[in-house]
Amino acid sequence: MSKMPSESPIVSVADLLALAHQIETDAVQRYTELAEQMETHNNQELVKVFRDLARAEGIHAEEIRKMAGDVDLTAQAQRLERWKMGDSPEQADLGAAHYLMTPWHALQLALTGEQQALAFFTSVLDSAKNEKIKDMAAEFVEEEAEHVNLVQRLLRKYPKPPDSWANDDDPPRPQG
Amino acid sequence: MATVETQPARKPADYKSDINAIWCPGCGDYHVLMSFTRAFAELGLAPEKTVVVSGIGCSSRIPAYTNCYGFHGVHGRSLALAAGLKVTRPDLTVVVASGDGDGYSIGGNHFLHACRRNINMTYVVMDNRVYGMTKGQPSPTTEPDFDTALSPGGTGLSPFHPLVIALASGANFVARAFSGAPNETANILVEAIRHPGFSFVEVLSPCVTFRPDEREWKSLVHAAPVAATNDPAKAARRIMTDDGFNIGILYRGERRPYQPRMEGQNIDVAELEKDFEL
Repeated sequence: MSKMPSESPIVSVADLLALAHQIETDAVQRYTELAEQMETHNNQELVKVFRDLARAEGIHAEEIRKMAGDVDLTAQAQRLERWKMGDSPEQADLGAAHYLMTPWHALQLALTGEQQALAFFTSVLDSAKNEKIKDMAAEFVEEEAEHVNLVQRLLRKYPKPPDSWANDDDPPRPQG
Repeated sequence: MATVETQPARKPADYKSDINAIWCPGCGDYHVLMSFTRAFAELGLAPEKTVVVSGIGCSSRIPAYTNCYGFHGVHGRSLALAAGLKVTRPDLTVVVASGDGDGYSIGGNHFLHACRRNINMTYVVMDNRVYGMTKGQPSPTTEPDFDTALSPGGTGLSPFHPLVIALASGANFVARAFSGAPNETANILVEAIRHPGFSFVEVLSPCVTFRPDEREWKSLVHAAPVAATNDPAKAARRIMTDDGFNIGILYRGERRPYQPRMEGQNIDVAELEKDFEL
């Protein structure tokens, strides 16, 4: 299904801020959801990773909200009707969650999200005609590139687990 | 001068209860919950005027995870409960949640007659083609060659075709959604709730534990190539011949919803209860 936006164009800085805010708040929701799943399944290490990611996205969302001043970003984003089909770029594939997943897997999800956000803001930067939008998009590109680097640095701390990571000595078995 | 009280816009998180959902990580039902809350926020529904009714099964846990009114009912009887509620309280928004076992097997008969009655409510079936809660038995929508210890060599039975059955039975809105696209599912739910009459939304919602093969659905689903029709014959032909992964609103009917007049009947609950006294 389509993942990239194709609806209303970005014609003002407020539009761009609204979309950036939507991307961050959607990410907060997804990481919180994943943290809650891991909490339920007692994977405490992952609870912390997902809570930290949600917190980081929440800080970004708040920064964008402050930049927007009095603009109602939620209403502005609704007006733009982006991502009615598919998800906003910084999506985390909730379907990829597994009760035995490791921080490496969590960070892979985060890396994909950050790379998609970077690609989105880069496309805005490349296509913008308005200088103010261009400047703002350039700031977001820089920020998202830094996030990609940050996740890549974190991944050095959590190397890829062995292929047997999902092996369970007592797996769920169909009844019978 | 009269003052007008304005409600601040509600966010999806405002519709979530403080209970952590208990499903397997990766389960499609998490996304469906997300779609419910996004749709309710988009519609600006008042939680105290919204009711989520369910039966039994993994998907039927959903009322507990919203902060609307909820009724976790009897196996397969969610539609009967919801119908009673909606005809007596037409002011409420009623959304019914079910799964393929609860909705199509145990509740199969209620499904037919709910479509036929066309009461103004929305029926969301999270279809994972397996009984997940009871550990992996084939359901009415399971493929005939689903080979497990409980169904060696597969059941050999043709799967139930819920969308065609809904259409043939009189549902006024028929759509298929995919849990992995929560925004799109939320939009379909918004349209389903807005549409008058009985709206049926089948959500393909993978069971990652007993049907890990369903993780592949995300690469199989695709947007319906044509817009919704109001012609049931055309819709039936499309649904019967599609690949089962066509996502979108497939039929928008124009039948008038069934709503008996309840005013002036002075129903006294205490009177009704007398008949049930032991």
